[in-house]
Amino acid sequence: MADLAHELGHHDEHEGLGVDNRKLAMWVFLASEFMFFGALISTYLLFKGREGLTPPIPRDLYDIPFTSVSSFVLLMSSLTMVLAHNALSRKDQPATRSWLLATAMLGMVFIGGQVFEFSTFVQEGMTMRTNAAASGFYLLTGFHGTHVVIGIIMLLSLYGISRRQDGLSEAKGLNLELVGLYWHFVDIIWIVIFTVVYLIP
Amino acid sequence: MTTTASRSTIFRRPKTTSGFWSWITTVDHKKIGIMYGYTAFFFLLVGGLEALLLRIQLAGPEGQFLSQAEYNAMFTMHGTTMVFLVIMPMSAAFMNFLLPLMIGARDVAFPRLNALSYWVFLFGGIFLYSTFLFGTTGAPAGGFLADEVSRLGSAPNAGWFGYAPNTESQYSVGTVLDYWSIGLQIIGLASLLSSVNLITTIFNLRAKGMRLLRMPVFAWMSLVVNFLLAFSLPIIAVALWMITFDRQFGSQFFQAANGGDPILWQHLFWLFGHPEVYILVLPAMGIVSEVLPVFSRKPLFGYAAVVFAGAAIGFLGFGVWAHHMFSSGIGTVAQAAFGLSTMTIAIPTGIKIFNWLGTMWMGRLRFTTPMLFAIGFVAMFTIGGLSGVTHSVVPADWQQTDTYYVVAHFHYVLFGGAIFGIFAGLYYWFPKLTGRMYSEKLGKLHFWLMFIGFNLTFAPMHWLGLQGMVRRTWQYAADTNLGPWNMVVTIGAFVIATSILVFMWNWVVSRRRGVQAGIDPWDARTLEWTIPSPPPQYNFAEIPTVTSLDDFWHRKYTEDDEERPVRREGADALVAELEHTGRHPDRPIHLPAPSYFPIAVGLSLPLVGYGIVYHGEVWGLALLVVGLLATVTSFIGWAQEPSEPEPFGEEG
Amino acid sequence: MLLSSCIEGAPLDSLNPAGPVARQIDGLWWLVFWIAAAIFVLVQGAILVIAFVFRDRQGRQEPKQIHGNNKLEMLWTAIPALILAGIAVPTVKTIFELTDRPDNALTVEVIGHQWWFEYVYPEYGITTANIMVIPAGMPVELKLTSEDVLHNFWVPQLAGKRYLVTGQETYLNLEADQPGEYWGQCAEFCGLSHALMRARVVAVDEAGFEQWVAGQQQPAVEPAEGSPAAEGQATFLNAGCTRCHIIRGVWEEVTRQPPAPDLTHLAGRDYFAGASFDLDAAHLRQWLANPPAMKSGSFMPNLSLNDDEITALIAYLETLE
Repeated sequence: MADLAHELGHHDEHEGLGVDNRKLAMWVFLASEFMFFGALISTYLLFKGREGLTPPIPRDLYDIPFTSVSSFVLLMSSLTMVLAHNALSRKDQPATRSWLLATAMLGMVFIGGQVFEFSTFVQEGMTMRTNAAASGFYLLTGFHGTHVVIGIIMLLSLYGISRRQDGLSEAKGLNLELVGLYWHFVDIIWIVIFTVVYLIP
Repeated sequence: MTTTASRSTIFRRPKTTSGFWSWITTVDHKKIGIMYGYTAFFFLLVGGLEALLLRIQLAGPEGQFLSQAEYNAMFTMHGTTMVFLVIMPMSAAFMNFLLPLMIGARDVAFPRLNALSYWVFLFGGIFLYSTFLFGTTGAPAGGFLADEVSRLGSAPNAGWFGYAPNTESQYSVGTVLDYWSIGLQIIGLASLLSSVNLITTIFNLRAKGMRLLRMPVFAWMSLVVNFLLAFSLPIIAVALWMITFDRQFGSQFFQAANGGDPILWQHLFWLFGHPEVYILVLPAMGIVSEVLPVFSRKPLFGYAAVVFAGAAIGFLGFGVWAHHMFSSGIGTVAQAAFGLSTMTIAIPTGIKIFNWLGTMWMGRLRFTTPMLFAIGFVAMFTIGGLSGVTHSVVPADWQQTDTYYVVAHFHYVLFGGAIFGIFAGLYYWFPKLTGRMYSEKLGKLHFWLMFIGFNLTFAPMHWLGLQGMVRRTWQYAADTNLGPWNMVVTIGAFVIATSILVFMWNWVVSRRRGVQAGIDPWDARTLEWTIPSPPPQYNFAEIPTVTSLDDFWHRKYTEDDEERPVRREGADALVAELEHTGRHPDRPIHLPAPSYFPIAVGLSLPLVGYGIVYHGEVWGLALLVVGLLATVTSFIGWAQEPSEPEPFGEEG
Repeated sequence: MLLSSCIEGAPLDSLNPAGPVARQIDGLWWLVFWIAAAIFVLVQGAILVIAFVFRDRQGRQEPKQIHGNNKLEMLWTAIPALILAGIAVPTVKTIFELTDRPDNALTVEVIGHQWWFEYVYPEYGITTANIMVIPAGMPVELKLTSEDVLHNFWVPQLAGKRYLVTGQETYLNLEADQPGEYWGQCAEFCGLSHALMRARVVAVDEAGFEQWVAGQQQPAVEPAEGSPAAEGQATFLNAGCTRCHIIRGVWEEVTRQPPAPDLTHLAGRDYFAGASFDLDAAHLRQWLANPPAMKSGSFMPNLSLNDDEITALIAYLETLE
């Protein structure tokens, strides 16, 4: 969404942080999202070690190799995101599009992996209702997954706009940066989740 | 990106700038601020009515005016309303109306997002209150009621703090708690969006020369508050999602039988809840920091200290949350640590109070209504702050917590503090908002009635609490001897109600018949007083360049050898010129165009809300889908609509 | 103005301590109160003086535009910090002292229910409700938990309050110097009848306590054959009461878990239904006729008892010393 300065073609000189309004807004938003996931992660950590929970608990069911692969996929999608940004700075619109699409597809592979993982867990008897640790696990990873899906939608939108308008203009270029920031954030959160929820005993 | 390329009709932006539809589609921060203000005031009346019902029930021992169900609904809605639907949006009203004016901007960074925040808040509040029409409640599972719960009792009834596991579906049967948990999510979203908007605005839209440490204190407090909102709201969002999932989908977050932890709710709630109380009071502190200097005719004593103390309070506010949990069974080390951190917060608070006193010291004090309320703030907030310090003495708090002593404490800081500050602001900026002066006589009557009523109501609660009256109690026994002082409290509440009627009368009459105010009736110090009253849509005909703190004052006054202000020769001419050129800009000024989409998104969220509450029914699921579709479609429309800014020439 | 005389004879008065725990808290309270009162007088006094001395009057000069005073500002940062440090030390000390598990304490388990307190004496195998009997002059350690929602046990004259948390155990020490009856109240909102969840702690001398324990350990008094009380016992067994209520020696196979208050020695208690009503015929009649009407949300339903059944039951219950 365009902001005021943008809409007015701001002629007046003014004080500022030197960061575009929408970028600053995205950083503040991501900071609040950080607190959101912090609360979810802390909750999971609280329940992780509890005794006497109705089995199965998440720890019993992890397939670390599988999740490592999907984590790697998500990590690679951050790389393709960077490549998309680079391509746009070089004004290479077709490459930008390709890398955007690649990022979205890697994201979809990650989500596919999550869906598969969750359905396996459910089959093995762990739903959100089973115990508090399971509830914490599903809420955390579920919200993360939702954020990834929203990111994929934004990536595909950018791809679509680039197709229709024959490339991303200067103004729209900022949108790519913003989506990139969001996407990297989502990836970083996953790295924390993977480490703290899956790896650390 | 300015474009007038024609697109399909749906996306053409509305153009009206006056009349009913202009309010529906406005993105003007001033109109949005006004809407916040009137809506918040309406909820003040509702929350106040709820309080009066409570006080009638508690006027004497063993009261039967309200049933237990009705009482529990009333005290829950009173607290929820005052916190989320009165003080927060009232602060939003001030921040929205004033911030661009104070920093020399034409609007906020994201005008449509700003409008969205208002509509989300309004419809979220309506969604919450629709519980009185649609909500259901009853005895906990396995319990029995003698009569069906009345409509008055069919509202959220687990307290504004909604402690688990009482909020779980086996104890809070029916839908009222769903209206609560989902309604608060919607209302919280409004503030979160607003915080992103206002932080960007304050950082990036300041006029040339308006360095951060030249901003009015109100702008600084707003900055701190918006950071607090951005960091604390997500935590309660998580907590509300957890209770929603527990209730709707059977998760186990707070169900002890399966590993859940009721104390987790308290931690998450208060991690939000404590910064929240600073969110509630810091804007009012900002207002007081504006009002005192103007009516003392002296600058704020220790501007930098007041600013940094405010920031310190905000920061430290994240480190004290468990002082709401001293009796919950947290360990002794935790109790000691949080007791100490709570004591620490008293230090920056004290700094502000002493600096305010220092501002008035040796000043030339004019006791206008805003000044009376500002001084009232200092006096009443001190009392609330002192009772807060007694709370930090942990073993003493084991006696005080969950009693009326706490109710006294927070009403002294939130009513004697925040509300008094808000009234100071309403009177102070009334001339700027309306172009007219309010009646001083009625204003003073309002103040003294409210001051007396307020103290009659809340002072006795200190000893009522220490001498046995617990919180959230529908009734107290005759042999507790708590009756007489409770009657005093009830009488005080009605005195407060009377004072509010005086205020409303003053507001309505003065808007119509008040004396014309001009642009600078108070001989004030900050930028909002350099533009016409009421402000034109574009705010400033020309964005000013600022050279110091209190720039406007220094343009009117210079100082003699004794540091006393001397009015400059051209000061009166300057003010007259500002008034004239303010209305006649010399070139077209482009402003953001109005839009339908903020209200469209605002309307769709409650649909989603109802869908979640009633997802068990087919029509509920349908509502959910429709609501989600409506939200997404509105967003797409929002993203697609052209900018088409409205040019402004002469003030119409 | 002494706060303690603001309300004469308040039985829930935390400012009228009757035991060492409450007294230690009370001492700390008054220390902080007087400091706070002094600051109150200073600040409010300053406001009044400033308002009077510096009010705008005819011929008053414009004031000097002072921007601050570093020395003063440092002083009024440092002095409050020092005062708070002074308060912090006894605060922290008292937290640890009062939380220390006392030696030779009597252990009582407090179990919270909607809307009554259950008291279990594990050393003696006693379960009772609403009235906690303790020996005077002896430390008591409470272990608290809840069977449903959060509750908060508060007997102001004897100690501060402590939450009862579902699925967890919390602790509170209390002690009464002298024999007497000490009032309490649930202080955490716990649903519809939170206001009617009260507590009574009855402290007795050592001999009295041993006597009480011995009596509680006995099964219920058997009513004389053919007496109204015997009829009442029959009513008890047939009217549905046995779904929830235990009377040891008469009926213990309740289906409701957790069980309702144990009635074995009901008549030895002066209050019932969450210690909210006096245990007398009039209140019992009202209760038995329609419990939810007296306590909204009550888990005891209206059993549609007729007057005769109620009369019989009351006759029986009154024998259960």
